[in-house]
Amino acid sequence: MEFETVIGLEVHAQMLTDTKIFCNCSTKFGGAPNSHACPVCLGMPGVLPVLNKKVVEFAMKMALATNCTINPANSFARKNYFYPDLPKGYQISQFAYPIAEHGHIWLEANGRKRKIGITRIHMEEDAGKLIHDENQPASYVDLNRTGVPLIEIVSEPDMRSPEEAAEYLKRLHEILVYLEICDGNMEEGSFRCDANVSIRPRDQHEFGTRAELKNMNSFRNVQRALEYEVKRQQYLVENGQAVIQETRLWDDAQGVTNPMRSKEEAHDYRYFPDPDLVPVVVDGAWVEEIRAGMPELPLVRRERFIHDYQIPAYDAGVLTAEKALADYYEDVVKLCGKPKQASNWVMGDVLRFLNEEKRDIRSCPITAGALADMIRLIEEGTISGKMAKDVIDEMYRTGKSPQEIIEERGLVQITDEGALAATIAGIIDASPGQVKEYRSGKEKIFGFFVGQVMKATQGKANPKLVNDLLKKMLAGS
Amino acid sequence: MKLSTSDVEYVAKLARLEVTEPEKEMFTAQLNDILLYIDKLNELDTTGVAPMTHAIAVQNAFREDKVLESLGTKKALANAPDARGEFFRVPKVIE
Repeated sequence: MEFETVIGLEVHAQMLTDTKIFCNCSTKFGGAPNSHACPVCLGMPGVLPVLNKKVVEFAMKMALATNCTINPANSFARKNYFYPDLPKGYQISQFAYPIAEHGHIWLEANGRKRKIGITRIHMEEDAGKLIHDENQPASYVDLNRTGVPLIEIVSEPDMRSPEEAAEYLKRLHEILVYLEICDGNMEEGSFRCDANVSIRPRDQHEFGTRAELKNMNSFRNVQRALEYEVKRQQYLVENGQAVIQETRLWDDAQGVTNPMRSKEEAHDYRYFPDPDLVPVVVDGAWVEEIRAGMPELPLVRRERFIHDYQIPAYDAGVLTAEKALADYYEDVVKLCGKPKQASNWVMGDVLRFLNEEKRDIRSCPITAGALADMIRLIEEGTISGKMAKDVIDEMYRTGKSPQEIIEERGLVQITDEGALAATIAGIIDASPGQVKEYRSGKEKIFGFFVGQVMKATQGKANPKLVNDLLKKMLAGS
Repeated sequence: MKLSTSDVEYVAKLARLEVTEPEKEMFTAQLNDILLYIDKLNELDTTGVAPMTHAIAVQNAFREDKVLESLGTKKALANAPDARGEFFRVPKVIE
């Protein structure tokens, strides 16, 4: 039987605010346990949560970036359940009236565009962190993360393969990081994903029973977990068994999903409006203010790079994958005016250096200005492309400017025609055998002469000039 | 009767409340009385009235994103029934 996979994703993104969503505690990761806690986020009786305005603004940015409708009036609700990482006994979230709904983003695969619907985006607070004792029947609670602002982005069940799901996640991640509203760190949990997956026979219209997957902390794991789960469900169906609706945890080491021990009762969260928090009303002026402050989004920037700089789609994809990298590239282009060359040097040498050391473009020792200078020096013929390979290597290691390195090493390209002609004449005189062979039609031997000239000039001769002069002089004129 | 004893048992369980048999009977009766009373409101025609979540006409009460001092670990743990080092300690929640 042929099956179709149906996937919907729920993404939780931590907002890059300085303080928590309902109190003034710091959101910084890695503080001493329970050091970023106050009566509000500890859930003490009688305290009043007050909404952080920046969280609303960040959520609005994401809503605009994903083509959502921003609800002019939205409000908070209490989601009730007991768990030790949730001191109040409820999570403040949005339920009936989320900040935004009905959006979409575009995916591009194999030159085809696919639209993936966004059901809703809502604001909520994060829960604390639990550490389980290996030896004793005890768990330890750190409430620093309690109340850290999150937005949850829920997709429509529009994805049809694990690859497509991974692609969607990457695009969403890219947008959040471009907007500078989330640091996107998956290991630290700033960007988390749950997946709903089901299969159905190709000709069936209704969805099959879905499983919810959790505990996947990288793009690769999301894809692997989905691939495993699709196979598992196919096996069940092909063997006449039913898929059960349940939550399953991805086990990275074993490469399988296992059912999560059910949290007893079927979930009944008894949502109701939170009386402590008044409605959020967003008028058109506020939306326009947020829209005006939006940066260029990755997909738009990619298309602009292809169009304005005439670079291949692949290059544009690599260069715009990260905002800082795209900014760096554009700085280089602005300073040297050579988009194609800039792309080659950034994608080739600069990225290779950075990847080798797992370094960020923001801490690259080669400034955009220095790289632009180097490209200009090649264009002006001061150094050859081959010499530049050594120069850029030293620029990365020492942070020196290309001019400094060229001067120190005496690397200036020989473009003096008279001096070169004299060198070439000497070589021709010293190699009568090879000259004879060349003149008798064995043009392959031309390379020998180029090699000799480069050797004599320690690689500093301008290659084009060498070629021209050699051809002329070997022809016997 | 709008509410049965089993509803009371279910709600009590969700709220982690232990109730005795006589209490179940009593709560079922009391909760039914409350619901009947609230039902009176349903007699009102609210066609065309937008749902509201608050009784007061206040909106957009915001806070600026400015860090203020937290309590500190020691004070945060001061009321904890059980703590260890810098953590709250609770019965193990997973196996």
